[in-house]
Amino acid sequence: MEAVISTSTSPATATDNAVELEGITKRFPGVVANRDIRLSVRPGHVHAIVGENGAGKSTLMKILYGMQRPDEGVIRVNGSPIAFRSPADAIAAGIGMVHQHFMLADNLTVLENIILGSEPRRRGVGIDFALARAKIAEISAAYGLGVGPDVLVEDLGVGARQRVEILKVLYRGARILILDEPTAVLVPQEVEELFGNLRRLVDQGLTIIFISHKLDEVLSVADAITVIRRGTTVASVDPKDVTARQLAELMVGSELPSPETRESTVTDQVALAVRNLTVRDADGRAVVEDVSFDIHKGEVLGIAGVEGNGQAELVEAVMGMRPAQGVIKLGDADVSAWPTLRRREGGIGYIPEDRQRHGLLLESPLWENRILGHQTRKPNVKGPWIDRAGARADTQRIVTEYDVRTPGIDVDAAALSGGNQQKLIVGREMSGDPVVLIASHPTRGVDVGAQAAIWDHLRAARAAGLAVLLISADLDELIGLSDSLKVILRGRVVADVDPGHVTPERLGSAMTGAKDEITPAPPPATGVVPEPPGPATTGIKGGAVPEQPGPPTGGSPDQLGSAKADAGEEA
Amino acid sequence: MSSFSDRLLGRVRLGGLLAVAAPLLAIVFAGLVTSLILALTGNPPLETMKLLADYGAQSRTIVMIINLATTYYISALAVAIGFRMNLFNIGVDGQYRLAALIAAAVGGALVLPAPLHVGVTILVAVAVGGIWASIAGLLKVTRGVSEVISTIMLNAIATGVGAWLLTTDRLAVAVSGSNNIGTKPIPPSGQFPGFSLIPGTQAQVFGFVVIAALLGIGYHVLFNRTRFGFDLRATGKSESAAIASGVNVKKMVLLTMIISGAVAGLVGMPQLLGASYSYSLDFPPGLGFTGIAIALLGRNNPVGIAIGALLWSFLDNSSDILDLEGIPKEIVIIMQGTIVLSVIVAYELVHRYRLAAEQRRVSRELSTNAPAPLEGAAA
Repeated sequence: MEAVISTSTSPATATDNAVELEGITKRFPGVVANRDIRLSVRPGHVHAIVGENGAGKSTLMKILYGMQRPDEGVIRVNGSPIAFRSPADAIAAGIGMVHQHFMLADNLTVLENIILGSEPRRRGVGIDFALARAKIAEISAAYGLGVGPDVLVEDLGVGARQRVEILKVLYRGARILILDEPTAVLVPQEVEELFGNLRRLVDQGLTIIFISHKLDEVLSVADAITVIRRGTTVASVDPKDVTARQLAELMVGSELPSPETRESTVTDQVALAVRNLTVRDADGRAVVEDVSFDIHKGEVLGIAGVEGNGQAELVEAVMGMRPAQGVIKLGDADVSAWPTLRRREGGIGYIPEDRQRHGLLLESPLWENRILGHQTRKPNVKGPWIDRAGARADTQRIVTEYDVRTPGIDVDAAALSGGNQQKLIVGREMSGDPVVLIASHPTRGVDVGAQAAIWDHLRAARAAGLAVLLISADLDELIGLSDSLKVILRGRVVADVDPGHVTPERLGSAMTGAKDEITPAPPPATGVVPEPPGPATTGIKGGAVPEQPGPPTGGSPDQLGSAKADAGEEA
Repeated sequence: MSSFSDRLLGRVRLGGLLAVAAPLLAIVFAGLVTSLILALTGNPPLETMKLLADYGAQSRTIVMIINLATTYYISALAVAIGFRMNLFNIGVDGQYRLAALIAAAVGGALVLPAPLHVGVTILVAVAVGGIWASIAGLLKVTRGVSEVISTIMLNAIATGVGAWLLTTDRLAVAVSGSNNIGTKPIPPSGQFPGFSLIPGTQAQVFGFVVIAALLGIGYHVLFNRTRFGFDLRATGKSESAAIASGVNVKKMVLLTMIISGAVAGLVGMPQLLGASYSYSLDFPPGLGFTGIAIALLGRNNPVGIAIGALLWSFLDNSSDILDLEGIPKEIVIIMQGTIVLSVIVAYELVHRYRLAAEQRRVSRELSTNAPAPLEGAAA
């Protein structure tokens, strides 16, 4: 199953590695966040760790930085096994972390921020600012960070703040730096600067662990790449040997069951009509702009887009959770002014993107979660009273019909695994006899078995006349399930795509704004795959790859196949 | 997972024996700390405890304990209603004082047949408490003002308004034989009759204890059996999930604040209708703050709050004996503080133990089902 592309860093030379993780496993109640993680980071390398959101990258980094303790496995730093009890231990071992969200006090100077918590003492009481200033100047010069010690942090730009964070970590003596999604907050020029800084750091012998899901950036900066999928390391590759597409495939996995549904069940009755929908954020900026679409009974409309392009806001506007301009019609009724509850009662089911925040009461038993979102309807209530018996019986039905693996309906939702939580939500939302179902990332973070089951339920409901608005980052899922597809970019629908004639890579390039390959193109000539130019804006998710004008449809899997064969030989 | 404040406010359930283990642990710990303090201040711990217990077991003290606990219970319920959905109604104190003052004035001025007279007085108290609390609720939903700040401020305002109203120019009359002033006494038709529950004493238990018990039952039914209670609990547990499920959170905030204030309006009633019949300068203050401590102690559970109220009242009442024995009665305040802190700590410890135990159980089950694909790690 595991695709391991040949790697330049051989595990045999374990003692030489700056960081070595072996069999790291971390469980939380109901979930395994990390399983059998293996990672070898050579000193003086920029080592990238890539994976989808929720693949377990953050947990892994927390373990490496001492914020979480692994249940199993060994961490070796510079060859010697180490057990971290707290970040202080990690710092003592020379590991520093630059968080995605900066941890700086705006009203202090750079110098004060850097020494905060490890102030050099003068005669036991005073702070030796002179010593600190000298040391900071020295580090800043050595690595070319160019940060003035006496500037207020609030006067610094984002890129400079990040350099302060790096300086802070270096000041504490770190030789191994963990950077958690460092480019997420940067504009392209700042990214270039950061990469320049990183190169100077590794030239001086430091080691950098770089977490990201932006494949083009990873390919341009990393000396080695490890891919994490579903909580475990699936491949270690050399960036010289892989393309962005191969990396994307490693990230999402190629063993997924097919979501294919081809025979059309689309009718001519419009179930949900959205016209000129515009959603503004707190600053008045349009995050969804002038979006219109119809979904017919028996139709699945997929919305493709790089995450953060307005999908979440679109869904919340349709659900009435977020104010919006425009018209939303459910059947013949104009529901634009209806509150969320009335829209739900009117027959909109909702599978939220973040099931733990929006879909469940984690600390409540399953049968109470059955009521959530349906607290005005049978069998959950009788008038103003909760119908315990009715709700419990129906929860039992959902558990059976939707194969929710649970010891009973009185356990807290938090005790269930992600896939079973999701099956409960799907079962619940299908129980309200919905006319329209809004499914946001319905199979994100669930295991393969649950994924197939959820797809089956969606297909069956579609055949029974349900209209589905599907938002997903999994392009195979989108293409396979949808009857029609719209591409959303910066809040606007930029393209209509026929899912019957589109490949994930062409859809991916449409998502990043490349205009050329939106209409179904004739089969491209087999031949050389051009190197991706890597547009700076691609926050790649779920197999979206930088624009590639025409990869041979059958070529890449073959390459992957041979990669697997290599792995087999190596293992 | 749950935050510390969720656990603090009892929104996280502890299963089975663990639910009992936490308070027991807390009381044992509080006993140890108090003994230590007693010993350090040169008082014999065991004898002091025995004094408290003996005095507290006397018939007359028992009646006083029940009566004061009735007041505490209602106050803690009022606070707990807010706690159940993350609202910190610190303003119970101002709400009950203002409500009691105005209800006392209305009750003293009315001439009505008995049940109606009592009913109207209580209704006025409920309305005043609810309206006063609704100010904080409105500020929160329309302007986003933290209810903690606004209720604290409203307490101060209530004190001012009360002092202004309670003058002989307005609602007050001089109390004969003293320089105290108070509202016109409520005539017998407006008094809530007590009853002799405890043998061996003339002292009567407040009739209001029945109302308090009914309130406790009502609280349980409201939260666990009604749609409104479900929405309220859902909002308290996860506001984002509540919004997604169609709960109008602003409406819930306002309603909850009003209900909390309405119940707070009742806090002064046992004393007013059962003992003093007039709101005077010496009407007991600070009951709202005691209610916060007891709501924490009882973890927002109506039975837990009842036990907490009785314990608190027992300590308050039986401490009177300590002064006679030359032991400072303030030692009891230390005890009360220690109990609240240790309950919080004990629940936190038990919660962590439970989490760790569950984690181990999951690990065990995962390793026994090794061949099955693992969630989140299907490789």
